[in-house]
Amino acid sequence: MALQELTYRDALRQALIDSMRENPDVIIMGEEVGRYGGAYAVTKELIKEFGAERVIDTPISEPAIIGAAVGAAMAGLRPVAELMYVDFIGMTMDQLGNQAAKIRYMFGGQIGVPMVLRTQGGTGRSAGAQHSQSLEAYVMHTPGLRLAMPATVSDAYHLLRMALTKPDPVVFIEHKALYTMKETVDLDAEPLAWGKSAVRREGKDLVIVTYSRQLHYVMEAAKKLSTDGIEATVIDLRTLNPLDFDTIREHVERAGRAMVVSESVMTAGVAAELSARITEECFDYLEDPVVRVAGEDIPISVSTALETGSVPGPQLILETARKLLGARVAA
Amino acid sequence: MTKPEAIHAASARPNTDLPQLYRTMRRIRTFEERVGELFVRGQSAGSMLHLSIGEESAAAGFCAHMQDGDTFTTHHRGHGIFLARGADPNRMMAEIGGKEAGYCRGKGGSMHIADMGLGHLGANAIVGGGIPAIIGAGLAARHHGTGKISVAFFGDGATGQGILYESMNMAALWRLPCVFVCINNQYGMGTRIDQATANAVLHERAHAFGLAAETVDGLDVEAVAEAAERLVAGAREGRPAFLVVDCYRFYGHARKDKSPYRDATEEETGRRKDPVAFARAALLERGLADAAELDALDAQIDAEMDATIDFTIAQTEPPLSTMFRDVYAPEEPEPEPVRTRIDRILARA
Ligand SMILES: Cc1ncc(C[n+]2csc(CCOP(=O)(O)OP(=O)(O)O)c2C)c(N)n1
Ligand SMILES: [Mg+2]
Repeated sequence: MALQELTYRDALRQALIDSMRENPDVIIMGEEVGRYGGAYAVTKELIKEFGAERVIDTPISEPAIIGAAVGAAMAGLRPVAELMYVDFIGMTMDQLGNQAAKIRYMFGGQIGVPMVLRTQGGTGRSAGAQHSQSLEAYVMHTPGLRLAMPATVSDAYHLLRMALTKPDPVVFIEHKALYTMKETVDLDAEPLAWGKSAVRREGKDLVIVTYSRQLHYVMEAAKKLSTDGIEATVIDLRTLNPLDFDTIREHVERAGRAMVVSESVMTAGVAAELSARITEECFDYLEDPVVRVAGEDIPISVSTALETGSVPGPQLILETARKLLGARVAA
Repeated sequence: MTKPEAIHAASARPNTDLPQLYRTMRRIRTFEERVGELFVRGQSAGSMLHLSIGEESAAAGFCAHMQDGDTFTTHHRGHGIFLARGADPNRMMAEIGGKEAGYCRGKGGSMHIADMGLGHLGANAIVGGGIPAIIGAGLAARHHGTGKISVAFFGDGATGQGILYESMNMAALWRLPCVFVCINNQYGMGTRIDQATANAVLHERAHAFGLAAETVDGLDVEAVAEAAERLVAGAREGRPAFLVVDCYRFYGHARKDKSPYRDATEEETGRRKDPVAFARAALLERGLADAAELDALDAQIDAEMDATIDFTIAQTEPPLSTMFRDVYAPEEPEPEPVRTRIDRILARA
């Protein structure tokens, strides 16, 4: 179909609409998702088309929202449970980690939990320590949970559409700073498969693996590196579980250098897992240690200066890549 | 709902200090208005600013019966409560502006303001997140024999959280010096209480646990103060309590919300439940103050609160070097910056 200009927010909303039109069992439940239209307006006016039976406003009861979605999924619905901020995931961790994630396995494969937990995270709004975190590692650390984190408008649409066809629970984490980002997209074009990472840029000197908002910072840095004569391959993971390690391996073996960029805290985070895996699996091909550029091991402050300082930005990515390559390539 | 005329008729209320209650409420109202102004001037840290306009009676009335050494936690709409407990409005505003001179050195902000000196164990951005701490503080008060109480202030929306009921049960079971104060402003974001709450007579839930519990009309700050006096006295003796203060959230949920989900008539009616105007009228009617005196007091409060903005704008953001401070105790090493780790790795590479 035609190309259209959409925001990340519009694309998510369109994915929900298309999925709900296609499958009458898709329901949405969460705080402020109906009449209010979602804290970040992703479900705006969906209640008009689909009614309050399918777009359900809930009390402020996160564990029960997620738990109800587990039961609904087991009983034949396709629930999308919205958690307003990923920061509240701790409150729901039993329902998510002990129930949703383990039901298929504990019960010997009798039943799955095909639910989607939609939420958003990250810095960028001076929202303070309890509304700005990147907690994807909690999810990635829990076997049984799938994890998608779209960085682009097109992926916001396609990954959410695909998440709503998956047999197992998917945690879908949007980035709060991306909602207003625009892209010209053709939603009918064949998307990259679920579980495949996207190579956003190819270069011979270095591989940078990233996801979510950091992709944009990495691309910005890669463009500047190119003017220095350093060419980077940029891999956008799209889904962290399943993790497309084959693509990473292929490119790292070719370039011999890798950097991992993530907004979540460095210690025991997603970047730690990726870096360990690259080191283990590509050891013989690496010219240098794998370097992690990640969030500081601290909470996020409300002060904008400290907030921005706590997470990677284009400058830190650029400087790190230059240091990594500096002596060898630029010279 | 109490009829305004009925309250005016009952003029003499020897146990309440209405002039003082009025002053506290007026300071809260004006402070909150200035918070809104700080945002408009682009000087607030972010837009997640929740104003307690319309709810001043809950803070002023209840806090009138708290003592030095009592502890409390608040929800995200807690500026008024903290002011009523004696906060310095300059340091509060600076915190809301994310400045180093703020109560939490610019790290917390509006939703995470705290001051141990004043017994403020913390405002919270997690709905219900601050409630169970009063159980622990109540245990500590009893353990140390201080005679102090601990109070959780939260909104009607927090009645959706299971942790409230777990906490009420513990308070009742262990006869703790604790009070739960639910500020029912009729809304949790865009959701009206009856849209999210089965049986919106909230204090009945506390009866189920055996707590002393009642609902009071927040239009009348003296009624709040009287209820507080009763319940606080009981709590000091190990009879935990639950108070619902009925009021109306005058404006949007946060600074940017224009409340499109409420119609104009509803807002107009709701805003008639104005505890500040009501107290002012009562002061005049009972001859406790004349208009000139009140105008002078108001002007003095306006000046005090205007100054908080100038103060805040003049302050600096916390330096980046403070970023790693206070993750752990000061005697412990600070977390190592990512940049330092990268440089060490690359120096070897
Ligand atoms: C655990 C949790 N869930 C959801 C939110 C998002 N949220 C912030 S305030 C709010 C409404 C709270 O309503 P209420 O408790 O009545 O307090 P009010 O804002 O009316 O003062 C919601 C849903 C949150 N901060 N924490
Ligand atoms: Mg409320």
